[in-house]
Amino acid sequence: MIERVPGAFHPFVLPFVAGMVFVLGWCLVGMVRILVELPREDRRRFFLSLVTPKTAWKNIKDIFLNCLIHVRLWKRNKVLGYMHSSIAFGWFMLILLGHIEVILFVPERVHFLYYPIFFNFFVAEADSTLQGSLLMFLMDFFLLVILSGIALAMVKRFRSRLFGMRRTTRPSVLDRVGLYSLWAIFPLRLMAEVFTAHISGGSFLTGPINALFLHFFSNDLHYMPTWWAYSIALGVFMFVLPFTRYMHIPAEMLLIPMRNAGIGIRHPRRGFAKLEYYSCPGCGVCIDACPMTASRANVKDCTVYLNRQLRRGNERRIEQISDKCLLCGKCTEVCQVCVQGPELRVAQRRMRSYALSPDYSQIDTAPMQAAVRGAKVLYFAGCMTQLTPSIRKSLEALLRRAGVDYKLMDPDGGLCCGRPLSMAGREEQARELMAKNTEIIRASGCEVLLLSCPICYRVFRESYDLPGVRVVHHTVFLRELQLAGRLPLRSGPETFVYHDPCELGRGCGIYEEPRRLLDGVGTRVEAASHHAESVCCGGSLGSLTLGYRQREAIVRASLKNLTAEHPATIVTACPLCQTTFARYADRPVEDISQTLLRNLG
Amino acid sequence: MIDFGFNLAPSSAVNLDEIDLSRYRALLRMEPDARICMGCGSCTATCTAGPFSGMSVRKVLLALERGQHVEVNRMLEGCMLCGKCMMVCPRGINTRHLILSLCRIKQEENYD
Repeated sequence: MIERVPGAFHPFVLPFVAGMVFVLGWCLVGMVRILVELPREDRRRFFLSLVTPKTAWKNIKDIFLNCLIHVRLWKRNKVLGYMHSSIAFGWFMLILLGHIEVILFVPERVHFLYYPIFFNFFVAEADSTLQGSLLMFLMDFFLLVILSGIALAMVKRFRSRLFGMRRTTRPSVLDRVGLYSLWAIFPLRLMAEVFTAHISGGSFLTGPINALFLHFFSNDLHYMPTWWAYSIALGVFMFVLPFTRYMHIPAEMLLIPMRNAGIGIRHPRRGFAKLEYYSCPGCGVCIDACPMTASRANVKDCTVYLNRQLRRGNERRIEQISDKCLLCGKCTEVCQVCVQGPELRVAQRRMRSYALSPDYSQIDTAPMQAAVRGAKVLYFAGCMTQLTPSIRKSLEALLRRAGVDYKLMDPDGGLCCGRPLSMAGREEQARELMAKNTEIIRASGCEVLLLSCPICYRVFRESYDLPGVRVVHHTVFLRELQLAGRLPLRSGPETFVYHDPCELGRGCGIYEEPRRLLDGVGTRVEAASHHAESVCCGGSLGSLTLGYRQREAIVRASLKNLTAEHPATIVTACPLCQTTFARYADRPVEDISQTLLRNLG
Repeated sequence: MIDFGFNLAPSSAVNLDEIDLSRYRALLRMEPDARICMGCGSCTATCTAGPFSGMSVRKVLLALERGQHVEVNRMLEGCMLCGKCMMVCPRGINTRHLILSLCRIKQEENYD
């Protein structure tokens, strides 16, 4: 083990050192800014979570599994998972092993930022000991792993379909600079280490290639430009990193602990939200997932482009993208980083100022309170079920058949649950309606609040304060009745497909109860995409700007997804989905209560 | 004044030469679809807020064309944005966004 370079310095390290100092400084300033922008209680909660052993351990585990191993990506696509984890984990191991080499062999140089990176340049005969040659072997091994990942990345850039991605993002100019410099780093590192392998030592990869090159290179003059090129590639990558999608690498490491601390988006640009959109890796998985991309005009309105525009501060586009989204939540479901696209958009909508605001203080709830008093089970049909009275009647018939003592909360039309208002960003007005509804429900003294609309169900579950009241969706309630033997069903030859409404499935995690109910009345087939990846019907109230005509392509694409296995009937558990599908479907579309009523034993 | 047990309602005549159409024009710039409403009243029939506040998208558009801003504001203040009007509109007007746009238009004077 000999230090080869006097003074342990060579000017070729400067591009790397400059880039490293720049990127570390940038990230530090960014981190402080985000922490300052957090509301006081969120900041307190974050710091507390860092010193709580349970969350601290969870942070380390999540960062290791998500940032380095990319577990979520492995579950989705093995090749993409390998590609990302080979580069991320391999690079991490190279840095770690470099530091171990320095600590073991030249501990006095450990404070030099560049020494572990360019170890093979500065130290000769590094493989002269057993420890040294083992470390050399590991370095070569992980370099090979990274190179295989880079090769896959190159293929993916030009043939993304081979990796199961139909559409991918168009990288910006700086993204391309970052991408090409990242591609260049590792082949250049290989060449630099190969050219110095007979001086510094090498292993199974660098050694033989070096021996090969020595046959036709008469001197060592070419290794210096290669080390320079390696350092410059690293420097370029570090300098462009804050302005490219690769910013997700440092951002995600802060995002994970903050999420584990339970911090949410409050402002669309400041604090935690900034971390969310900087953590977007720009992979474009959300493009194929987004139901809006059924028509090409909406491709640029996916979450990946929202994040890009948020970084650029392009106000006009941010407004457009925020208003168009259906808020179905599928982008978050498929996202590797779980960027909360819908929440970012709702936060943006909340920023609007309106010249006129609704005021519901004049509405007198006293007569409604009097009408529901003494109900055990209170059934709130909600706006959408009122629009489809057949669903309400079917559910009431089922309840009567099962002998449930219930009262209808809105026989002559009630108040809205408030979710459409809060989706439109008018949170304050939504709270007003919620207060009115809470008054009525509390006055009834009910034990169970039954809902047949997932939009209402979600808001009653998440945002209402109803102590002692069990909020339940009709699919769950009917399943319970069936299990208790109060709802005899007759099985027939009919085939069904079940559509998971966004608010019920992804929103509330209810997937199995409706499926079990359908299993009792016929043969059930699955849609092409189902459960958490079900496709929004296209009628969602989340979108403010999508009109009737623009929604048609979305509805048709969703129907195509549902009818992949040729079911006779489409069944859903949301009156809005039912109405939307029924408009274009070539076969009957029913709410689950209608299906069950037809098949009562 | 003798109380006859009845009185005369104030005149509701609209003088089309004097009314203020700036708000209606601003709406048309933001929502050109407002022109294609045929006044069928499906929105009124399904409106959740209607029974409580007299909200009706059909009437809002009519009142805007007549410059009756007090009525427009009174109706808009009752809207709950539930979106049923949009679902039933036979002309496919995005009434929900139309209402939001109308709420965003800065009023020249305070009509209330």
